[in-house]
Amino acid sequence: MTTARYWRETPQRFRLEAGRCKKCGKVFFPPRLICDACKHREFETVKLQDEGEILSYTVIHTPPSNFSDEAPYAIGVVRLGGEVNILTQIVDCDFDELKVGGKVRVEFRLIQEDGKSGVLQYGYKCVPA
Amino acid sequence: MTVGIIGYGAYIPLHRIKVEEIAKVWGADAPSYKRGLMLEEKSVPAPDQDVITMSVEAARKALKRAKIDPKEIGNIYIGSESHPYAVKPSGTVVAEAIGATPEIHCADFEFACKAGSESMFVSYGLVKAGLVKYGLGIGADTSQGAPGDALEYSASAGAAAYLFGKENILATVDETCSFMTDTPDFWRREYQFYPRHGGRFTGEPAYFKHVLGASNLLLEKSGLKPSDFRWAVFHQPNGKFPMRAGKKLGFKEEQMKQGWLVPKLGNTYSGASPLGLTAILDVAKPGDKIFMCSYGSGAGSDGFVFTVQDKILEVQDAATKTWDQLNKAKYLEYGAYAKFRGKINKLEEV
Amino acid sequence: MRDVAVIGVGINKWGELWEHSLRDIYVDAALKAIDDAGVDHIDSMYVGCMSSGLFVAQEHLSSLLSDYMGMSGIPTTRVESACASGGLAIRSAFLEVASGMSEIVLAGGVEKMNDVDGGGATYALATAADQEYEAYNGVTFPGLYALIARAHMEKYGTTREQMAHVAVKNHANGALNPEAQFPMKITLDTVLNSVAVADPLRLMDCSPVTDGAAAVIVCSLEMAKKLGKNAPVRIAGSGMGTDTIALHSRSDMTFLNSTAVAAEKAYAMAGGVGPRDIDVTEVHDCFTIAEICVTEALGYFEKGQGGPAAASGATARDGQFPINTSGGLKSKGHPVGATGTAQVVEIVKQLRGEAGDRQIKGAKRGLTQNMGGTGGSSVVHILEAD
Repeated sequence: MTTARYWRETPQRFRLEAGRCKKCGKVFFPPRLICDACKHREFETVKLQDEGEILSYTVIHTPPSNFSDEAPYAIGVVRLGGEVNILTQIVDCDFDELKVGGKVRVEFRLIQEDGKSGVLQYGYKCVPA
Repeated sequence: MTVGIIGYGAYIPLHRIKVEEIAKVWGADAPSYKRGLMLEEKSVPAPDQDVITMSVEAARKALKRAKIDPKEIGNIYIGSESHPYAVKPSGTVVAEAIGATPEIHCADFEFACKAGSESMFVSYGLVKAGLVKYGLGIGADTSQGAPGDALEYSASAGAAAYLFGKENILATVDETCSFMTDTPDFWRREYQFYPRHGGRFTGEPAYFKHVLGASNLLLEKSGLKPSDFRWAVFHQPNGKFPMRAGKKLGFKEEQMKQGWLVPKLGNTYSGASPLGLTAILDVAKPGDKIFMCSYGSGAGSDGFVFTVQDKILEVQDAATKTWDQLNKAKYLEYGAYAKFRGKINKLEEV
Repeated sequence: MRDVAVIGVGINKWGELWEHSLRDIYVDAALKAIDDAGVDHIDSMYVGCMSSGLFVAQEHLSSLLSDYMGMSGIPTTRVESACASGGLAIRSAFLEVASGMSEIVLAGGVEKMNDVDGGGATYALATAADQEYEAYNGVTFPGLYALIARAHMEKYGTTREQMAHVAVKNHANGALNPEAQFPMKITLDTVLNSVAVADPLRLMDCSPVTDGAAAVIVCSLEMAKKLGKNAPVRIAGSGMGTDTIALHSRSDMTFLNSTAVAAEKAYAMAGGVGPRDIDVTEVHDCFTIAEICVTEALGYFEKGQGGPAAASGATARDGQFPINTSGGLKSKGHPVGATGTAQVVEIVKQLRGEAGDRQIKGAKRGLTQNMGGTGGSSVVHILEAD
């Protein structure tokens, strides 16, 4: 993974920065250039809330090569602040605690390493609230 | 002018391993380790946790208590002996994550276990000098103990973050001191994975000389006696050393208990006395005086005298308290612990 | 637009084809289609392939494959829409003939997946998802479909048993298909107790990793008659739809909107037909839950009824809606870029009466549904015979 491609998404991965359409108020994460609801092209930066609920979840047993040591791990679709969905790992919980509607909050975690000498790639995961 | 702590936050990872579990693998006698070290278990960072991630979470809690605009933070110093990068500061990532960039001074500090109190010392100094409006000093570690070595029982993980400023002070900094000599009691050479130490040499000529040296200096400079303090916290590499040092100085167990996290937490190295201080701040009352003395191998100690202010009552509940985090635990077996800590030799990536 | 006929089909035996490279596999299937069509030239070619770059470090398939087909010089276009690449190749060929631009066009699909290991294949397949907001966080394709399954189970009460019925049924069909990767029957127990992949999906809920290719030759109906094809199979409808790349961006994770959109267009183009007019169907069962969701999006069953329908036998060869007589992706295999093309090969065989033991009697109209990622794109074709 190139360092530039990782670095570019930092405001989203580190600070949950999203874009709110100035015309219709729809919030996009990550931010967009054009609103898919009203086609407006101006946005303001907003931060997503760091608390949410689980809409769906799974436990991954067969990871891709860059996550090979981590299996099994839980992944969920989480709705933050009742407004925007993210896909994220859910950690620090037993798999049988996972349920649709479960309350979680966001924590800053290491997501991937670019090998032993490459850049450390950080981002968001969720933990039980 | 008065400068003090305006925000504080602690982060302790969820996982733990007990002394018995480690002793079992190495054929050691768990009860004697528990007695000798006054230690029951320690925290273990998950593979996705490191000094950077824990510092972010601790700093976010400090911001919750301080309620300031992160863009006004003028410096970020993180002290650790397990910075994720040898070259590239932990502080840049943390500053970006809390929204404090770009007008901020950043440096990573290292002085074995004293690096955390150092970041606090220098942050406080910059605010006092009028160079920055708010200063952020963090102590955090995920340090390693070599498998089968005595330090494996205690080397653990945690982070404590402090914001310093001149308004809405939670605890004033009344006095500081620093006491340092060249004493090779514990070290890690570049490119080595595990540290080494001088066995019993780490006791009297190292820990005790500097902790007692700095503490006596601090008492002298402040003109105070141990009985003037409600709380005291010392660097805690094991349960025994801080209790012995404190009692030698004239402090009572009752003053030290709240900040004495090590029996359940282990030694969080640069986080040790800073985390102990957060546990004290969680329950302190206005007017309480707090005595803090850190220690870092190599060797040196930093001392602080704090006086708690009224404002603290408004913020103690604003973020998760230290003992609440410490009491929330998930236990690992040695195999999972070794995997989490990267102690298992895997095929080298080519 | 002119009427378009399918005059040749070709497919090879799918599986772990260690001895054969991507170009070998493609040319083999394409030549079979050319022989089946009996044509002596083709005007243009479309190649569907998802990720030759990541699997075998090869791009520029237009040049490579026209060269290895012995046809350097002809216009060739590689199309990509993740696992819908094969269906898209057919749609593109259809459009080129229907528009009058070309007379005889070959649409082939190919994927060579076994030159990388399991983790590498998972990584390559994950490029069909949102790299920065799905794959970056460690989700896999089984993981994304597992999220759909969990949501479907939560919303409609769909069960693991109902999903497992899809795999059993597809293997029962695939056991009769000599080209299938896994031509054997399996039991419900085998599916339910197979090793966990991504909860609630087990190994037998998931299509395999496969090397393979398939090809069809399309031409104008006029040209087909000139070539002496009486009553060839026709492509009566073609539709394509897209949906958000990220599963979590959708308002309903259980509904495959891209398929519904593509199907609507195809039904309309085919003269306003609907599910009841379709005799035989090939759908994209990359995972058992996918087949269930597709049947709902195609309008074969009400939303939430796909599970009970699968368990009731409604989609078996003797059911109301025979689905995946080829064995589907589960039993036949899923070389991702080839799947969509192979679906059309199966339907053509059905409509010609050439499906052997898998034949649906009197099949006159068939539908293929091919999709990419978690339904980020879908291609639907409707084929008819007299």
